[in-house]
Amino acid sequence: MTVGPRLFSILRQGTCLIASIHTALDDSQLLRFQEDLIATIGRDRARGVVIDVAALDVLDSFATSTLRDIGEMARLRGAATVIVGIQPDVAIAMVRLGLRTGVLETALDLEEGLALLGDRMAGSPAARR
Amino acid sequence: MSTEDDQDTGEVAAGAAPDDEILLPQLVAHLREHRNRLRQEWVGRIDQAHLLQAMTSQEVAAETTSVYDNYVEVLETGSVGALQHYARDLSERIIPRGVETDEVVGIVLLLRDVLARSLFEKYQRDLPLLNRVLDAYEPAANRIANTVAGSFVDERERVIRQQQDSIRELSTPVLRVRERLLILPIIGVLDRERARQLTEQLLTGIRAHRARVVVIDITGVPDVDEAVANHLVQTVDASRLMGASVIITGLSPEIAQTLVMIGVDLSRMDTIGDLQGGLEEAERLLGYTVTRDSEAAGP
Repeated sequence: MTVGPRLFSILRQGTCLIASIHTALDDSQLLRFQEDLIATIGRDRARGVVIDVAALDVLDSFATSTLRDIGEMARLRGAATVIVGIQPDVAIAMVRLGLRTGVLETALDLEEGLALLGDRMAGSPAARR
Repeated sequence: MSTEDDQDTGEVAAGAAPDDEILLPQLVAHLREHRNRLRQEWVGRIDQAHLLQAMTSQEVAAETTSVYDNYVEVLETGSVGALQHYARDLSERIIPRGVETDEVVGIVLLLRDVLARSLFEKYQRDLPLLNRVLDAYEPAANRIANTVAGSFVDERERVIRQQQDSIRELSTPVLRVRERLLILPIIGVLDRERARQLTEQLLTGIRAHRARVVVIDITGVPDVDEAVANHLVQTVDASRLMGASVIITGLSPEIAQTLVMIGVDLSRMDTIGDLQGGLEEAERLLGYTVTRDSEAAGP
């Protein structure tokens, strides 16, 4: 694991975690992000995770698959995951490359993501797919 | 031109015929003098050839008079500027009427033939002179034909370009119907470039309006092939990445059959028959209920 400044932050907001990625992460930093986040979910007994990628202008296949893994792991630890802040250009590039987010939910921004998680946790029938 | 000059000096030396300097003015004077008769003859030939059927006889008379005068003027001055301008004007007027390129070229060539014949009649007794008259006349006449045809084609291309531009600009508006709800009515043929532009506009619109549901209506799309279908799937996926659900409406029976036949995987697309149904579903997703006033006012 690389040591050095953390290029992401994980904040607690009620029963949810807000994980913001501040700048493009290399592969080892992505793995560090994954470990820290999964550990924090258990420690804070979080029910939902919002991962904000608004600062990223590219999401490559490794980043996408890491996010997908995080979603799976978080689900196993009892938290729903939402990816927010994917930029238009990033979205186009991702579908061009055929990158799938799988079971991960996506929302426009932090506010939408928290609302979506709120719906999920309330088990609301009006929740979106 | 140089051969003409050579001939010129030769003839002048012989001292028999008028030299080229005055040959062209003579020719022009002749064409002016017999303007009415030659024009009538020309119109007759146009009729015979069934050209310009889209225009009334008055219009044909008016236009042929102008073309004739312009034609003679070019012979006289040797400058095609005015003719070019007139030809472009004429094209602008007659292209919407459905006049084809071959008709325009046809009538100009007919005029050339009519005038050539009249020159032939006038100078037939003096063969060397006739040759020189034709030497002076033919290059100018061919240049006129070229100019007219060129102007017509230019004008036509300009119209096509203009239409393409306006189609491109008009055809993909991203409209907000309600808070968080966008519709995207697509009209016309979707090619690769347009599909790309459309995806970009939609995604930017989703971010700008913070949309959660988008209804894409393709009632106005005549044909969907595999490439276009895949573009639509990509658009839907990209929108989903930005947190918006997409509903496709207005798939015609033909398009539905084509898509199934060519085996495009549309399982990730939500489709609803018409725009009304799509909007109703979108409102349901967003939690809107729409009621009529009379019902709302009731008990």
